[in-house]
Amino acid sequence: MNQKGPRLGEPASLWRIRIVPIATVMVGSALPLMLPLIANSPVLPPLGLLFFLCWQLLRTEMWPVWIGLPLGLWDDLFSGSPIGTAVGLWTVASIAIHYISQRIYWRGFFHDWAIGALLLGLIQATAALITHPDVHSGRVLGLVVPQIVISALLVPFFLRLTGKFDNFRLKRR
Amino acid sequence: MARPAHRRPGQSRKAQYSLFAAYVIAVTGAVAGLLLAILSVADPVGFAQLRVASQEITAPIARGTRSVIGSISGIDDTVGAYVRAGTQNRRLRKELADTRRQLVATSSLQEENRQLKALLQLQETTKAAVANGYLLTSTSTSSKRIALLSIGRNVGVTAGQPVRGADGLIGRVLSSGPSVSQVLLLTDVDNIVPVRRARDGLPALAYGRGNGDLDVRTLNIANNPFKPGDILVTSGTGGLYPPNIPVAIVVAAPG
Repeated sequence: MNQKGPRLGEPASLWRIRIVPIATVMVGSALPLMLPLIANSPVLPPLGLLFFLCWQLLRTEMWPVWIGLPLGLWDDLFSGSPIGTAVGLWTVASIAIHYISQRIYWRGFFHDWAIGALLLGLIQATAALITHPDVHSGRVLGLVVPQIVISALLVPFFLRLTGKFDNFRLKRR
Repeated sequence: MARPAHRRPGQSRKAQYSLFAAYVIAVTGAVAGLLLAILSVADPVGFAQLRVASQEITAPIARGTRSVIGSISGIDDTVGAYVRAGTQNRRLRKELADTRRQLVATSSLQEENRQLKALLQLQETTKAAVANGYLLTSTSTSSKRIALLSIGRNVGVTAGQPVRGADGLIGRVLSSGPSVSQVLLLTDVDNIVPVRRARDGLPALAYGRGNGDLDVRTLNIANNPFKPGDILVTSGTGGLYPPNIPVAIVVAAPG
């Protein structure tokens, strides 16, 4: 028997199974700083956060609950908000998703959308308030509201995209 | 999605402990992270080097995408120029004539200004630029407006230096890395610039709104003295920015 060649139906390499989700989140976080775009306001949806939430909604048990610590730190390096914001908020979000997945046994599409949008809005709003502590909070929230609305509408799209990446991640030979 | 498999790790002590430990790490880390965030709001310089270092990684990619997209949008511009050649030519010729007339007037004013300054024996401060670069990219997902400048310590850029473009003030350098540096843009909510009205020197402060506009507030007058079209330049007060760099044009004066 040829041991070198791939066997039919063999599961995907462990390496790919582990790397794909983390890579999508990390690239999503760093992507805005690779585009030649000088933004006057928060115009892009937080891609890293969207991937992070969607992976957790799709595969709650894939990551340990502390995965927000390293991934959040990576996001903080690129997002511009003070370092530690995403570390804290993303971890709180993943604890929330783990808790909700125990409360709601059969989550549907609309559950996922609602949970994703809610957490996204809370994280973006809190991050903005932490970033600008001495500015009037109404004005700070007014800055991020358009972004939150767009991102909330993009959650289903990102769930689908994450699903595609998940298929690639687990694809058998 | 479907209900996940067993959440409870079962009878295995090891599995129970590792799940518990994961939660302990997560909660401790989250609290530590939020404390760190509050600390880094209070002392933004402390962690700036870490951030600049990470952006050194993405800067080459940003340079690449910039040159690609720059040449693509350049094509569009070139084609557009050919299509509108006739009207553009007429408009530009009219503008050129106007500008030439203004230039003649200005040159005589400049000469007069030079004579008056010589009479007063004013000291001229040097206005030489430290270095020239271009903005590579900027943060676009958070409420903080920080842009990345394509030059860093290699050409003498240091924290606190003002950054200006051909048309006016852009911001100031937050921190500089080996080959890129971070610029806090004029429009950031935390950026305050002392300005004066170019016409009569009325002093004011310009606050960033975070959405591309600035709020301009005068220091003492209760009613709003600004009119749309007023040009604001830096006053040089405080020493952070050199005087007479164009900052903003008033577009609306509510109240």
